[in-house]
Amino acid sequence: MKQGVIPDDFTAPFWSAANESKLVIQNCSKCDRLQHPPAQDCGQCKSGDDLGWKEMSGTGRIYNYGVVHDCPIRLLQDDQPFNVAVIMLDDDPGIQMYSHLPGTAVDDVPVGAPVELVFEESANGQKIPEWKVVN
Amino acid sequence: MATGYAPSSMYRSREGMGIWEHRGKVAAVGVGHSPTERRWDEKPETSVGAWSIMALRNAIADAGVSPDQVDGIVIVPETTTGAFWPEDKPLPQDVINAFVQTDDPLDGIAKLSVEWLLKNMPELTNIKYSVYAPVCMSNALNVAAQVVGDGLAHTVLVLKAWHNLQGRYYQGGQNAQDAIGGTSAIRSLWGAPACYGTALQFAEYCRKYGKDHDMMTPFIINSRRNGLMFPEGYWAQHRPEELTPEDYQLARWIAKPANLFDNDIPIMCAASYLFTTAERAKDMKQKPVYVLNHADSDAVPRGLTPTLDEVEAECALTGRKIYEGAGITAADLSFENMYDGFTQFHQFHIEGLGYRGIGFGDALDFYQTDISIEGPNPVSPSGGNIGSGRSRFWMHTDSIQQLQGRAGGRQITGVNAEIGVSGGPMPLGGNYTVWSATPD
Repeated sequence: MKQGVIPDDFTAPFWSAANESKLVIQNCSKCDRLQHPPAQDCGQCKSGDDLGWKEMSGTGRIYNYGVVHDCPIRLLQDDQPFNVAVIMLDDDPGIQMYSHLPGTAVDDVPVGAPVELVFEESANGQKIPEWKVVN
Repeated sequence: MATGYAPSSMYRSREGMGIWEHRGKVAAVGVGHSPTERRWDEKPETSVGAWSIMALRNAIADAGVSPDQVDGIVIVPETTTGAFWPEDKPLPQDVINAFVQTDDPLDGIAKLSVEWLLKNMPELTNIKYSVYAPVCMSNALNVAAQVVGDGLAHTVLVLKAWHNLQGRYYQGGQNAQDAIGGTSAIRSLWGAPACYGTALQFAEYCRKYGKDHDMMTPFIINSRRNGLMFPEGYWAQHRPEELTPEDYQLARWIAKPANLFDNDIPIMCAASYLFTTAERAKDMKQKPVYVLNHADSDAVPRGLTPTLDEVEAECALTGRKIYEGAGITAADLSFENMYDGFTQFHQFHIEGLGYRGIGFGDALDFYQTDISIEGPNPVSPSGGNIGSGRSRFWMHTDSIQQLQGRAGGRQITGVNAEIGVSGGPMPLGGNYTVWSATPD
């Protein structure tokens, strides 16, 4: 079980969208550039004046993965070992998200395979973006 | 005297800056270490403050200067290995009483300020310039070289110390909580341990170049062997155990493909070096080791974790900056002491350097050749963090000692020690120093 999330002002739009089963990523409208994790300023123009949030299509590919055997987070330790994959979004492959790849066997991860967005409930009910391999 | 962080102008971050303006005019002379320990026993005499004082005094004595000759100090104020003093735990009163305190009760226990050091080292009566460098000795060395070269001070102590507290690594704090804040959740909800990002890069590296984890074995064995000949190091002092290939290959995974021995062991320790001008160094007790260049990598990955393409591009750029400012080529390197804690950083660093002519994808094959200190291609003669514990400074001590001819059992013998390079930590985000036995 993933830890719960206590949204802060900065990331509230991301977590609110997740509770509506949507994925939004921070976007600089001036640069037309997505960035994740979100930051106070655009990584390109260094200004925070044009930052907003943009909804994603919810598809991507598995870029890479590792198998976690010694996790520092108490709530996840009963689930070890587990996959932690890096997903690159189809909307912009420069945008990465982590995933436990629910439904995929441990260490049997099809690197490069297409994935689709799903949502999981965390320990306090906050929905978390996750990714499943498209069969 | 208010101390702030070094300005960005002190770092050599760009390609095309030409030969470093102070090339060969700055030298390291003295080396001072504290003992090591796995975790703090909460006694005053083993605190991070006490061991910092010990390392500084040892560096002064090793250089053969008097304390009042020292007019500058560069330290890293952060001392944590990942362990933080619990907010609800009282500080040990005998530690508080043993030292002159600053306004911050954690000073000398879980962090370090110049103010605290000067209050507790009354013999440093002539400090005119002080500055902080973030995180690592590698960074502080770059700053110290520039401080001396720019004439801000002429005899400068450089210090990095580490505290490691009771309890398992990274298991407390927010990792033990049922819910965490939204900003950190975006990165940390999936439970990746510290080595995960490097393991990912290594996994992609193996897929791209057709390599595997077992091919790291000679590097690990070599690192522990060299570390056991480092009397200042943790494994040599506390657990003088050689590693076998089976030990490494059968070790438990932390984040596959990184196992236990791909991770460095967090420890308590401190080290200091004395930097001065090449002119003044001639009159000091130890042979000067000249700085030919320092270089900085300040790249930031676009995503959550650097891709292999980003890592390789940045390591290649760093290699070019290192050589450009020093006015040398890869062929001039006698040895390399690039960062290794996690082990899977090391191949990226030496491929970026083109050490002994290797390119990207070649390092693991190179590890299957003679990489010992006795051979023609010494790799990590310090043994690095893997050989002596997490300090991120063994590589610098060893480079200085190799070029002074006093590396003891680790002294390289297959080639003459004339020019070496050390630095790290991350491929994206590190600081590097080129050292030479001669100023030109």
